[in-house]
Amino acid sequence: MIENTVPMEKPKVVEPTLFELSSPGRSGVTFPQPDVPVASLPKSLLRKELPLPELAEVDVIRHYMHLSKFNYSVDGGFYPLGSCTMKYNPKINEDIARLPGFAFTHPLQPIESVQGNMALLYTMQEWLKEISGFKAVTLQPSAGAQGELTGVLIMRAYHQSRGDTKRIKMLIPDSAHGTNPASSGMIGLQIVQIPSDKHGNVDLAALKAECDDTVVGLMLTNPNTLGLFDEHLEEVVKTIHACGGLVYGDGANLNALLGVLRPGDAGIDLMHFNLHKTFSTPHGGGGPGSGPVGVTASLADFLPAPIVDIVDEGDDDIPPLYGFINPPKTIGRVKSFHGHFGVILRAFTYIAMHGPEGLRQISEYAVLNANYLLARLRSTYNVPYDRICMHEFVAEGMVEGSDVRALDIAKRLMDYDFHPPTNYFPMIVHEALMIEPTETENKDTLDAFAEALIKIAAEAKTNPELLHEAPHKTPFGRMDEVKAARELVLCCWLPEDYASS
Amino acid sequence: MTYIPHSPKERDAMLATIGVKNLEDLFKDIPAKHRFPDLDLPPALTEMEAAAELAGYADANETTQSFVSFLGAGAYNHYIPAAIDHILRRGEFYTAYTPYQPEISQGTLQAIFEYQSMMTLLTGMEVSNASHYDGATAVAEAANMAYAQFRGKRTRMVISPTVNPQYRETLRTYTQGMGLTLAGDDTRANLDGGPETIEKLIDENTALVIVQYPDYFGRIYDYTRLADAVHAAGALFCVTANPTALAILKTPGEMGADIVVGEGQPLGIPLSFGGPYLGFFTTQKKYIHKMAGRLVGETVDNRGQRAFVLTLTAREQHIKRERATSNICSNQGLLALASAVYLSLLGQTGFRQVAELCYHKAHYAAEQISKLKGYHLCFDTPFFHEFSVCCPKPVAEINAHLLEHGILGGYDLGQDYPALKDHMLIAVTEMNTREEIDLLVEILEEVSHD
Repeated sequence: MIENTVPMEKPKVVEPTLFELSSPGRSGVTFPQPDVPVASLPKSLLRKELPLPELAEVDVIRHYMHLSKFNYSVDGGFYPLGSCTMKYNPKINEDIARLPGFAFTHPLQPIESVQGNMALLYTMQEWLKEISGFKAVTLQPSAGAQGELTGVLIMRAYHQSRGDTKRIKMLIPDSAHGTNPASSGMIGLQIVQIPSDKHGNVDLAALKAECDDTVVGLMLTNPNTLGLFDEHLEEVVKTIHACGGLVYGDGANLNALLGVLRPGDAGIDLMHFNLHKTFSTPHGGGGPGSGPVGVTASLADFLPAPIVDIVDEGDDDIPPLYGFINPPKTIGRVKSFHGHFGVILRAFTYIAMHGPEGLRQISEYAVLNANYLLARLRSTYNVPYDRICMHEFVAEGMVEGSDVRALDIAKRLMDYDFHPPTNYFPMIVHEALMIEPTETENKDTLDAFAEALIKIAAEAKTNPELLHEAPHKTPFGRMDEVKAARELVLCCWLPEDYASS
Repeated sequence: MTYIPHSPKERDAMLATIGVKNLEDLFKDIPAKHRFPDLDLPPALTEMEAAAELAGYADANETTQSFVSFLGAGAYNHYIPAAIDHILRRGEFYTAYTPYQPEISQGTLQAIFEYQSMMTLLTGMEVSNASHYDGATAVAEAANMAYAQFRGKRTRMVISPTVNPQYRETLRTYTQGMGLTLAGDDTRANLDGGPETIEKLIDENTALVIVQYPDYFGRIYDYTRLADAVHAAGALFCVTANPTALAILKTPGEMGADIVVGEGQPLGIPLSFGGPYLGFFTTQKKYIHKMAGRLVGETVDNRGQRAFVLTLTAREQHIKRERATSNICSNQGLLALASAVYLSLLGQTGFRQVAELCYHKAHYAAEQISKLKGYHLCFDTPFFHEFSVCCPKPVAEINAHLLEHGILGGYDLGQDYPALKDHMLIAVTEMNTREEIDLLVEILEEVSHD
């Protein structure tokens, strides 16, 4: 190691790592002694050491308890993260997913021993079809992005099956999530970006200019990431279909459309669902999600294998037998086994408890809450595409006469005990603050949030430093992100420490 | 019931602030002919009714608790210490989003940092991302990474036929449209040849070679020589490993692997009919810029406190869009947390104990079964906790009989490998008692007489 001439002050450790807490000889859990003869281990194939931390159960519990207190969460407060649908996660869902009858089933059990799971998966496919207006559904994709990959593979396979092999262009609006171009890029498609018009819709003229016989399709988020429903949806769909392309719906914003519009009815050809957004399954600090895909009848044969179907109708006395079937022109499997079953269980419970009227209310109140916040904030923050929004809207995080940026406003919101909105997305809005309140927040919370943002705008003029240096009241302050990227300390030890140990 | 908290009075006040008369007025942009469809779904249930309804579905299943299980083939029945779920049930963890705001996400960030540390230790690699969806997609992402590493100039990937069939199938799906050749992905190939058969498939156009450790049939090979051959051709070497086996076995890193991935389910994650599980992904630091997924690094905050942030995010889809290596966004964050809690509770002693129990019990079972008339072990290579048995009858028939005796038998390998008709893949873990193994042996013997 090189000695620094100026001694660096060692950072203060707020919570030690598991490795720093470790003390040799401690153990959190032990296992029974072998009840069978001990076999000899293959000596030449054994590892030398395994320096995992050694801790008692109480050490582990307290460590994670301490860590948990540093997290902001939906259970702890308002989380208006645009595009992420951070709604309340009902507790019953968690209990259902842990029922032993579900949690202790092996994915490869004989099909007759898991008919409960199979019936549930089949019903979920049926429900998602009814909610979306599609004719077939796969529950296999793990998350929205994997649903997109599944979707673009289906689109490609569809064209190829018709001998239509020159289609290589995917049209993607400039307001799209980054996953859209990334998913298309993964299978080697060319991405053509379509601009938005001044009302936040897809620019029809630009779209038409790109439409030819090399178009695979369009990936359309509707409502889009500005929170606006495209006013020309029918014409957009007609334009794409006229050139032989398919319209992929990014279901990230389905929370605005439950019982309001079935994307399949509107001519969308296929779409993924985000069960972890629309159907209340928790985000888990990054995942797991679940990204089922719905398709029209003409795309059903291309779905990933397998899907659940009734393989024997049964009769008055014998219940139907559910089994797995492979769609005839399947793109193949996109993951192991049958999808994120534990996540699907939670979403299933949520749909069962809402029924048709409840689902419509979700979207009505999600849209009500967003428009209410928009009404309260538009005189303080500029909203560039200002019309009745759907479940979210995008404001500019700037205050006239002040140099504060969206980032400063976001960080200052933490001092008022709110999670900030998504910032700097979509990229077509300058200093974007993307606000999605969801339907599970009451008027008091929305009022308090609006008042905090209004107060912050005043602070931006009188005391901008307060914002530049925010947050102040959180357990941690702003981070040195450059140091993290430059030094790349990604483990509790440096690789060379491990090599020399 | 719904979770909407508005009173009618509050709703009306909000509508008035917006300047519309009713909720319908907010939806005028929706094409009128399709607006507000009637959904043909069952009527809403209360929580009490939903709990009963869902319990009905659950009760219609047999489970690894109500039955004795010898099923593995990619998902394993291990003991999950009680403390894990108590941590996972903290709303601060499971109802948080991806830690994009580090000032209020240090819990998740430090937990991921510790997860990365333990995974690299386990695999013998230098860096770990914060997860893929499962083992299958982690393998597919390794192929993506190798493709990107060679900027698409090497177009051949070699994968051993003894990699889990579902992983190979997923890889085939993921690589459609990339213009790749997949070599070795042939279930009619010689399955008894070991790593040498793979060596022959490597050429100058090979970007990546993928093997499984222990392989799909539970066999343990030292891949050091194969790794050398891969590197001599200038290609990358990926090992998909069972993490429980790594508690006692030589690390793939020690053998020369460049990428070590795998299914993290054995690390404290419930079987849950196949998901959600955990794809772990570790590699060497020099490949970090082509690695997909999230990465947490250490830093300091402006108060001089040690802290953690998502780093090198410019690799990811939300910034790099179509030029990103992968489209991954949501990952398996909560399952990564589960595995980190699992490893920290077990520590090196408990984790080794689990691996050794699996090994001893599997070897006891294999020995007892091999003594039965009509049954024999297919391979004589050392194995970990899974082995394949050649049976005197079709596996489906044997399993139906086992099921009648409360046993979930092994996986029918004939489904994936035509040459392995009547072959059963049996997994034994610390959960299986000697009595259970003896019962399995007894019934297997009984079936052979029928």
